[in-house]
Amino acid sequence: MISPPVPSFDDAHFWDGARAGEIRVQRCSECGEIRHPPAPMCAACNSTRWEPHALDGRGTIYSWIVSRHPSEPDTEARIVVLVELAEGVRVVSNLIGTPVEEIEVGRAVEAVFVEQETFTLPQFRVVAP
Amino acid sequence: MTAFDGRAVIAGIGQTEFSKDSGRSTMQLAAEASLLAIRDAGLDPAAIDGMVTFSLDTNDELTLMRSLGVPNLRFAARTRGGGGGACATVQLAAAAVASGQANAVLVYRAFNERSGHRFGQPHPRPPDPTWNLYKTFGLDTPAKIYGLMFQRYMTTYGLTNEDFGRYTVVARDWAATNPTAWFHGRPITIDDHQASRWIVEPIIRLLDCCQESDGGVAIVVTTAERAADLDARAVTIEGASQGQLLGGDELFGYYHDDLAWFPEAHALSTELLRQADLTHGDIDVAMIYENFSPIVFMQLESLGFCGPGEARDFIVDGHIGRGGSLPVNPNGGLLGEAYIHGMNNITEAVRQVRGTAANQVDDVEHVLVSAGRSGLILGR
Repeated sequence: MISPPVPSFDDAHFWDGARAGEIRVQRCSECGEIRHPPAPMCAACNSTRWEPHALDGRGTIYSWIVSRHPSEPDTEARIVVLVELAEGVRVVSNLIGTPVEEIEVGRAVEAVFVEQETFTLPQFRVVAP
Repeated sequence: MTAFDGRAVIAGIGQTEFSKDSGRSTMQLAAEASLLAIRDAGLDPAAIDGMVTFSLDTNDELTLMRSLGVPNLRFAARTRGGGGGACATVQLAAAAVASGQANAVLVYRAFNERSGHRFGQPHPRPPDPTWNLYKTFGLDTPAKIYGLMFQRYMTTYGLTNEDFGRYTVVARDWAATNPTAWFHGRPITIDDHQASRWIVEPIIRLLDCCQESDGGVAIVVTTAERAADLDARAVTIEGASQGQLLGGDELFGYYHDDLAWFPEAHALSTELLRQADLTHGDIDVAMIYENFSPIVFMQLESLGFCGPGEARDFIVDGHIGRGGSLPVNPNGGLLGEAYIHGMNNITEAVRQVRGTAANQVDDVEHVLVSAGRSGLILGR
């Protein structure tokens, strides 16, 4: 079992989004800049007004590792990926459904949402070229 | 021209033995290393009026005063972050003595990082919610966390894990002839490196990882004027800076444009060389913080000692080893000597400038010490 996140004021939107089947990041209500990882203030205009913004969920693999030793929930190895989303932000997630030997930086991926006991985990899978 | 107009110096260094099981408290390690550094500076504990350590250090300043017999502390400060801030300790101490806020500052770091709390083990869920975005997906150890950056570096320049092992072989060669190194007398070959087990496939093997060590290191920073009156071999702090950039993160640094580049290290070296009024060619030895071997490649490039993607050939061509143009970590570094959170790379820099190192490089005038996000240039 993967231990659930403990959402805070600044990242609850990300987990709420996952439950709704979306990759959500913050968008500044003043200047429209999107940002991730979360921050309470826009670095571009210093506004604290923002709203959750759903991304398309498509991107490419920017980097990846095999996560095995000695992580508590990982009885099976997990592939951790850094995904560069189409909108230009990067998110950390897992790649599912692709054998290790076929993983390549640059491959196109899309988000899928996997239900856990108490929360939803955003994951990615390779899409056909 | 040098930083602090040349008024800030390192007058003393001290360290305990480096082990895997010290058999005593971290406070005792801190006290022992501190006393050695104070005596090396030609001072008594009563002369110490400032202290600096890591924010992560568990040894309280007031408790350390009680062991050393320091009567009056006018200045105490702690650095941000982890090992990336190693050199910031000396920067804070130097700023304090140069400004008159203190006259003799004791810098210390001590832990039982092998027999006690091990940094390399899975991180217990920390209170900081920013870990939600990482630990939930399996990123729970430094090796995995840094692995994502290193993979991008490998992919960008077409390197393999064997290439990273070329650094480890050099580090272990240096350590083999350093009596204080844990791996003294134990050099390795690239085959040994390739036979070690995967920690994070396909990037980091066991022999790419820094050690987990028990031990303490201490440094005394004072003014050049005071040092002139002491029976000490003072080393001038010619440059001291931190390099922190918007969008960076000491652990989850996944958001700069190009993860095959270490922009903080680049900003750091630019500032250090500016302060010291030196160029790369003036640097005789480089001490480069290595939690994992790939970070040496990235720093060699981003600090400006070779071009992007050239670190592999720079290492294979022998530049960083014995007789090389830029000896790197001649104590064996954090892989070969010990992992005292980067502080043992600063004391090695002091020894290289003094001319007292186990693997002494000829005619050393300037040593650059990089912890990636903080750094120093030390000189005669």
